Amino acid sequence: MLTKFKKIIGLLFIVPAVVSANVSEYQLDNGLKLIVKEDHRAPVVVSQVWYKVGSSYEHNGITGISHVLEHMMFKGTENLGPNEFSQIIAANGGRENAFTGRDYTAYFQTLEKDRLEVSFRLEAERMRKLVIDEAELLKEREVVAEERRMRTEDNPHSLVREAFNATAFVNSPYHHPVIGWMSDINHYQASDLRQWYQNWYAPNNATVVIVGDVEPEAVYALAKTYFGPLKPETTAQVKPQIEVEQRGKRTIEVKAPAELPYMMMGWKVPVVNTVDQEQAWHPYALEMLAGILDGGSSARFSRHLVRGDEVAASVGAGYGLFSRLADMFLVVGTPVKGKSIADLQLAVMAQIERLQTELVSEKELRRIKAQVVANAVYERDSVFYQAMQIGMLETIGLDWQLSDQYVDNVQAVTAEQVQAVAKHYFQDEGLTVAELVPMPLDGNRPAASIGGRHGY
Amino acid sequence: MATKLLGLWFGLFIAVSVHASPTIEHWQTTNGARVYFVPAAELAMIDITVAFDAGAARDGTQSGLALLTNAMLNEGAAGLDTDQIAAEFEDVGAQFSNSSQRDMAILSLRTLTAQSALEPALAMFSQVLTQPDFPVDSFKRIQKQMLIGLQAEKQSPAAISSRAFYANLYDEHPYSAMPAGNEKSLTQLSIDSLKAFYQQYYVAKNAVIVLVGAVDITQAKQISEGIAAGLSTGNAAQALAPVKSLIADKTIKIDHPSSQTHIVMGQVGMSRADADYFALYVGNHILGGSGLVSQLSNEVREKRGLSYSVYSYFRPMRQLGPYQFGLQTRNDQAEEALNVMKNTLQNFSDKGPTKAELIAAKQNITGGFALRLDSNSKIANYLAMIGFYDLPLDYLDSFKSKVNAVTIEQIKDAYSRRVDVDKMITVLVGGKAE
Repeated sequence: MLTKFKKIIGLLFIVPAVVSANVSEYQLDNGLKLIVKEDHRAPVVVSQVWYKVGSSYEHNGITGISHVLEHMMFKGTENLGPNEFSQIIAANGGRENAFTGRDYTAYFQTLEKDRLEVSFRLEAERMRKLVIDEAELLKEREVVAEERRMRTEDNPHSLVREAFNATAFVNSPYHHPVIGWMSDINHYQASDLRQWYQNWYAPNNATVVIVGDVEPEAVYALAKTYFGPLKPETTAQVKPQIEVEQRGKRTIEVKAPAELPYMMMGWKVPVVNTVDQEQAWHPYALEMLAGILDGGSSARFSRHLVRGDEVAASVGAGYGLFSRLADMFLVVGTPVKGKSIADLQLAVMAQIERLQTELVSEKELRRIKAQVVANAVYERDSVFYQAMQIGMLETIGLDWQLSDQYVDNVQAVTAEQVQAVAKHYFQDEGLTVAELVPMPLDGNRPAASIGGRHGY
Repeated sequence: MATKLLGLWFGLFIAVSVHASPTIEHWQTTNGARVYFVPAAELAMIDITVAFDAGAARDGTQSGLALLTNAMLNEGAAGLDTDQIAAEFEDVGAQFSNSSQRDMAILSLRTLTAQSALEPALAMFSQVLTQPDFPVDSFKRIQKQMLIGLQAEKQSPAAISSRAFYANLYDEHPYSAMPAGNEKSLTQLSIDSLKAFYQQYYVAKNAVIVLVGAVDITQAKQISEGIAAGLSTGNAAQALAPVKSLIADKTIKIDHPSSQTHIVMGQVGMSRADADYFALYVGNHILGGSGLVSQLSNEVREKRGLSYSVYSYFRPMRQLGPYQFGLQTRNDQAEEALNVMKNTLQNFSDKGPTKAELIAAKQNITGGFALRLDSNSKIANYLAMIGFYDLPLDYLDSFKSKVNAVTIEQIKDAYSRRVDVDKMITVLVGGKAE
C-alpha cells in the first residue's frame, strides 16, 4: 500500500508520468520515453528498445537500409567488439534479437529480472556509439543478401507479395519491401549507414519498453543512469507521402517456379492513425469484418470456402489496424485441385457482396467479440507480446493505452457498421489483384494446369 | 471460491520463491491416463493438452495415417458437424488445436476459466476426444488438402531437404517417413483404417493429460477425470524398434530452381532419456545451438558471411532422434559452406570446447533458466514432455545442476562415442551456380 502511495506521489510531482492498471510511463530530459509494465508471474524481464525508423522512412536507392543497420548494431561500438554485445547477453543467460518493420526497428533481450542493468548498459552504448566498419559491412551485405534469397527470391509467395505491394502502392513507401531490393542491398556504403544511424538513433527517437517482475521506480532510476547522459539529436523530418488516390482495379501476374497457384487481393483502407474523429470506428469495423470472414474455423471463409463449396485449399483475410500509414485489407488463398484462381476470386467476392447486402447476425458478432475478449486474456500469458503491443503503438505515433481500449472499441461495433465499411471500401477502384502463375520446377515439363485465369 | 484461489496463489508464490521451478502435481485417472498439473491462478484461463503415443511412428505401412486420424477428430463428434464443433468452441472464445508429429499426437484446448466458458469448452473438448464420428466428406476433403500440402512441399527447398534427410537417415525405421505421408499412401488410406488406429491408440493408458491454469487441484482432478472418462482403458503403445546407426557416409543432391542451396547434414542423435543427454546438449549448445554466439555461426556467418542462418540441434525423441546441421547459401558457395560446417564439427569433435566456452555455455543455459518457464504455455509444453517421455518429476528442478556438472571430458567422450564425422547423411537441394 505504501509503495503504491509513493508511486502515485512520484507520478504527480516528480516526473510527468501516467499510470493505467500496472503501467508506468516516464520521459527522460533527453526525450527518451520509458514505459514499464509490471507482470510478476515469473522472475523475468523483457527489455525492448524501439526506434521510430523502418522501411517506410526509406527512399529508392537505399531501400532496406534500416534492416541492414539493425544487423550492424551487433557489429561493434566504440567500447564493444563485433558480436561482443551478443556474447555478454548470452553470458548473462539472456535471449536477444532484433526486428525491422515498415514503421519501426526494435531490439530486445529477455533476462532474469536482476540482469536488466546489463541490457540498459549495452543498449545505451549502441544508441549513440555504434561503429560502422567497412569490412564488417561488406560481410553483412552478403549475409543480408542470403537472407533475402532465403525469404524472398526462392519463395514464390514472397515474390508475389513484393510485386503486389509495389503495384498497389504508388508513392506510399509501403511500396518497397522491408528487406530492400537486391540491387540496393548490394550497394550500401558505410557512409549511407553512418548517415542513417546519425539521423534516427537518438534518445528522443526511442521508446524503451520493460515488461516483467520489476519495480517501475527502480527501472526509471536505472534508465536515468544509463540513457540519461545520452545527447538528443535533431531527427530528420518525415514527409507525409500520402498515397495517391487509386482510380481503378490493378491486376498483375507473377511467374515463378511453383507447384500451386496462389492469389492476393487487397483493398485500400484506412488505419487508426489515418482516420478523423468521425471515422474513428471504421478501423474497428474493418477488424470485425476480418473476424467475420476469417476469425477461426467457424468463420465464413472456413465454413463456406474451405468446407461448404470446397473451392479453397487455404484462404485467409488480413487487416492490421495499427500502422503509421494507410494500408490494405488483404485476402490471400490457394484454390483446391480442380478449381481455378478465378473460381476462388468469385467465391471471395460473393462473401464480400454478402457483407455489403446482408447484415451480419448478432450471433456471429457475439462470437467474434467473445474471441476478442478471450484473446485479451490469453495475450497476457506472454511478457514479450505485451511489450510488443506497447512498443509498436508508441512507435507508430499512437498512445499505448489504445491496446487497453481495443476490446471496448471492437465490442462497440454494430452489424450496420460492418455493412457500411463493406460497402464503402470494398470497391474495384481501390482493388489490387496479384496472381502467381506457376512455372515448371524442373524446367522440362509444363506446370500443373490451373484452369481458366480470366475471372474476377 | 475467491478465498480458495487466493490461498492457492500464495502457495504457488512460495513454491516459486523456494524452488527454481513450479511444483508439479501428478496422478492417474481412474482408467489409467497420467495427469500432470501446475496451478497458475494469475490469469483466468487454462491450457489443457492431451498427448497420445499415436504419432507417425505408429503409421506402419500407411504413411500419413496418424496425422489424418488426428486431423479428423474435430470434423464430427457426437453427431455434431465441423461447423457446429468450431462454433461451440469459438462462441466462448476457446481455442482448440490438434497436431501430430512422429512420436506424439496432440489435442489442445485454451479457454477462459469463467464457468460460462469453461463448461461448454470442456464438454466439446471431451466429445471431440472421445466420440469422433469420422464423417466421409471431411475425410475426402482433408485427404485432398494433404495432397495439396505435398505439392506445396515441392516448391520449398527446405521441405524437400528435410524429407530426403529423414528418408536416408532412418531407412527402414518408422521415423524415416514424414508425418504428412506421400501421394501413394495418402490415396490408399480408408476411414476404416483411421477408426482402427483411433481405437488402438487414443486410449487412456496411452495418454498424458496436462493442465496449467487457474483451477485448484480438486477442479483439476474433476477436469482430467471428465476428459478421460470417455476413453477406453486400452494399452500403452508398444516400444518402438531401436534406431540403427549409419554405416556409411552418403550425399544426396537434388536439383531445384532456387538461387540458394539448402544443406542439411546429420546423423542419428539421442533419445529423451539418453544417458549422454546433458553432455551432448551442452556440447551442441557451444557448437551450433546458441544462435549468434555459437561456433558454427561464428565460422559461417560472422567470419565469412556465407549464410543468414546456420544451426545444429539434437531433436531428442522416444528413440534416437536426429542430430541435424543446416544452412542455406548462394549456389556457387555451397561446397565452401559445407566444408566450413564439416570442419567446424570435426574440430569440435577432436578438441572439445575450451574452458571459457564451457563456462559461457553454462552461464547462458542456467542464467536464463527462468525464461523457459515464464508462461503457462511454456510450462504446459514442459509438462507434456516430462509426462510423455517418462522423465522424472524433478526434471526441471535438477536441470541446472545437471548442466553445471558437465565437464569438457564428458563432452569430448560423448562426441567421440556418439558423433562420427565420417558417417553423415548430407542433402543438398539447389540450383546451378550462376
